[in-house]
Amino acid sequence: MINFQQVHKAYHVNGQAITALQPTDLNIARGEVFGIIGHSGAGKSTLLRLINRLEEPSGGRIDIDGEEVTALDANGLRGFRQQVGMIFQHFNLLSSKTVADNVALPLKLAGKLSGADLDKRVAQLLARVGLSDHAKKYPAQLSGGQKQRVGIARALATEPKILLCDEATSALDPQTTASVLQLLAEINRELNLTIVLITHEMDVIRRVCDRVAVMDAGVIVEQGPVADVFLHPQHSTTKRFVQESEHVDEQEQHDDFAHVAGRILRLTFQGESTYAPLLGTVARQTGVDYSILAGRIDRIKDTPYGQLTLALTGGDLEAAIACFAAADVHLEVLR
Amino acid sequence: MESLFPNVDWVEIWQASLDTLSMLGGSLLFTVLLGLPLGVLLFLTSPRQMFEQKAFYGLLSLLVNVLRSVPFVILLIVMIPATVLITGTSLGVAGAIPPLVVGATPFFARLVETALREVDKGIIEATQAMGATTRQIVVNALLPEALPGIFAAITVTAITLVSYTAMSGLIGGGGLGDLAVRYGYQRYQPDVMMVTVVLLLVLVQILQSVGDKLVVHFSRK
Repeated sequence: MINFQQVHKAYHVNGQAITALQPTDLNIARGEVFGIIGHSGAGKSTLLRLINRLEEPSGGRIDIDGEEVTALDANGLRGFRQQVGMIFQHFNLLSSKTVADNVALPLKLAGKLSGADLDKRVAQLLARVGLSDHAKKYPAQLSGGQKQRVGIARALATEPKILLCDEATSALDPQTTASVLQLLAEINRELNLTIVLITHEMDVIRRVCDRVAVMDAGVIVEQGPVADVFLHPQHSTTKRFVQESEHVDEQEQHDDFAHVAGRILRLTFQGESTYAPLLGTVARQTGVDYSILAGRIDRIKDTPYGQLTLALTGGDLEAAIACFAAADVHLEVLR
Repeated sequence: MESLFPNVDWVEIWQASLDTLSMLGGSLLFTVLLGLPLGVLLFLTSPRQMFEQKAFYGLLSLLVNVLRSVPFVILLIVMIPATVLITGTSLGVAGAIPPLVVGATPFFARLVETALREVDKGIIEATQAMGATTRQIVVNALLPEALPGIFAAITVTAITLVSYTAMSGLIGGGGLGDLAVRYGYQRYQPDVMMVTVVLLLVLVQILQSVGDKLVVHFSRK
């Protein structure tokens, strides 16, 4: 659906070239929710804006749905942009227009609908985001979450194929964030819309994304299915994001484990195996005792997962480790 | 009345008031018609905007600054040949309007440019992302969003024009200011001076409060 070939971007500030994005290849499939995570200045915002050419690439080629976007002229680009919706961290609604007029704006600009058809479409869009009662209000009268819902309705107005989300929940409180993410997931499912979102919060990725790319200093350092990247981070940047989101301090944990006797293992369950009574079974079979040092059971999008750090003592330790290794879990022996 | 204002000819005051109002109305209309596009052009070509044109913006900016730094009294006199060319006369209300417009347009255009600059860049980006043309962005996003600022600019410009009209008495422009100078100052008739100044004050007050009301009405923040 979205294909980057050696796309790069450099800015010139006072005659000096500053690289925002190193030559990057990227593939985003139709209908998936693709997340890009990175700290500010990592280049994620540039990457997102290259998709609809709000940023002009310095080189490389971008194809979207079989169309070479980087070759479009001004007119072609405008037509293309009508097929790509975008929502923003600070909503970017027109304060001078009512909610309904904000949602109607892209349709008016495209010259697609007018009169009763336009009103009907706007009413549908507002109903979808749950704001039918607020059509006549001005943005200043709405809460942050409601403003972002208007933003989403506006982005969906021209029935785009792709929705770009620029830190769409970063200005919202946790509860509102959850409801906006839920709405995005719903739209993705029901309209089979491809969503590309950028964020600096691992939690956002975990809740809605199918795949994730981790960016650092203009480079995608790691990418893959969210569960893989989240549960088995490879790159130091990714590890830091995961630890931040789980409020884990590696050094503290290491110090704590020093006081514990026996072997230390980390088990990662995914999908149905999360609910299997593995610990009890292994303990009975091999006579080991276990204590749980750390753990969480949660969901990544729709997939349940669990991650437990165990200390094993007594019994046949090697046999226990072999049992875990043979089971449908991912095993790491930490000590 | 007679004893309080012995020198005041009320018919003349009435005529002068009408002259001031028509000078103000006429010059404000043309100032807005010319200054608004000029302000938009200044904004669009300024650094880091949609049509960034360094040389063009620099030239336009210089022209605006030159016109703004010419004292209006000088402009009135320098403009006389051009005024005759445009209106056929350099006297009266018609003779005063061209220099008033030339004097106020650069000032108003700068205010418009500033008002447009106040519009959140994110709104421009959002409309660009919708596939809007520059013209659509200006008409559908920039101008509506800057409307309160533009009304404030019109108010300030109108009040500036009121004080300019007083100076146009110098070239026989007529109006209240002219009356104040000719009777109040040159003939030592303080009562005429008093009446005209009070009338000008009332006019400025009305302009300011109407302007403020419009600004509030169009502010949705």
